Amino acid sequence: MNTTTGGIPIEILLVEDNPGDARLTLEAFKDGKVLNNLHVVGDGLEALAFLRRQGQYAQAPRPGIILLDLNLPRKDGREVLAEIKADPDLRRIPVVVLTTSQAERDILKSYDLHANSYITKSVDLDEFLAVIRAIENFWLMIVRLPPNGE
Amino acid sequence: MNIQNRPIEVLLVEDNPGDVRLTRETFTESGARARLHVVGDGVEALAFLRRQGPYTGAARPDMILLDLNMPRMDGREVLTEIKRDPDLRRIPVIVLTTSQTERDILKSYDLQANSYITKPVDLDHFLTVVKVIDSFWFKIARLPSSED
Repeated sequence: MNTTTGGIPIEILLVEDNPGDARLTLEAFKDGKVLNNLHVVGDGLEALAFLRRQGQYAQAPRPGIILLDLNLPRKDGREVLAEIKADPDLRRIPVVVLTTSQAERDILKSYDLHANSYITKSVDLDEFLAVIRAIENFWLMIVRLPPNGE
Repeated sequence: MNIQNRPIEVLLVEDNPGDVRLTRETFTESGARARLHVVGDGVEALAFLRRQGPYTGAARPDMILLDLNMPRMDGREVLTEIKRDPDLRRIPVIVLTTSQTERDILKSYDLQANSYITKPVDLDHFLTVVKVIDSFWFKIARLPSSED
């Protein structure tokens, strides 16, 4: 059923400042059905450096999908989202907002900035894992991600 | 009404009557919490979204399933119009098409399609796709609420 990649792993960029959440997400994807490499950066500046292959990220792969927290140090997720979606080289990469914020304002603002979808993550472990599983089932197994045209 | 307590309004933009019927049946069979509205081309789709002509009482969709190849105005043009319209652009658009071409996939994402799915020809697979859309978009994801 995996129509996305065949045998090539999907590169996922997780932008998350909370080490606990990052570790949980990493483990959940490791146990998943779809071959993937999850890369973690801890703030918005790192995220953009990774995407633009600057500094220590000169060799970084281009992600097939980005999971973006909203509340981040240095440069927050809203700014990162706006920059990605305004950049002709990056905007086609799907960005899934994954945040604890349930604020209507954040949901609307994220979709207005062309987030590809918006998910609130749960503090409950089982629910958190269900969310990751749903992301995997939809984005990694059903959706055609943009081919890596490089 | 709060989105949690009502059906999800889905606009299906699809010109092929066979595919429309199949999609309706598959949505029903899947048990998805969705109410499907159907229009047959891009001009109708924009009229529906803007509540023009026969669509003055139309519901605002929570999500749009958009075919690419259609008469009059095709899906690429509809997508462009939706995503540059400040009143409409926040509505998630899932491209659902038989096209597997790289060009269509890239172009759709460049035009800010929320996701791109190639329509399976196999019925069981199509049912799986609809079920996954239901569990991701209607149960896990937060949709932009449809207050106008």
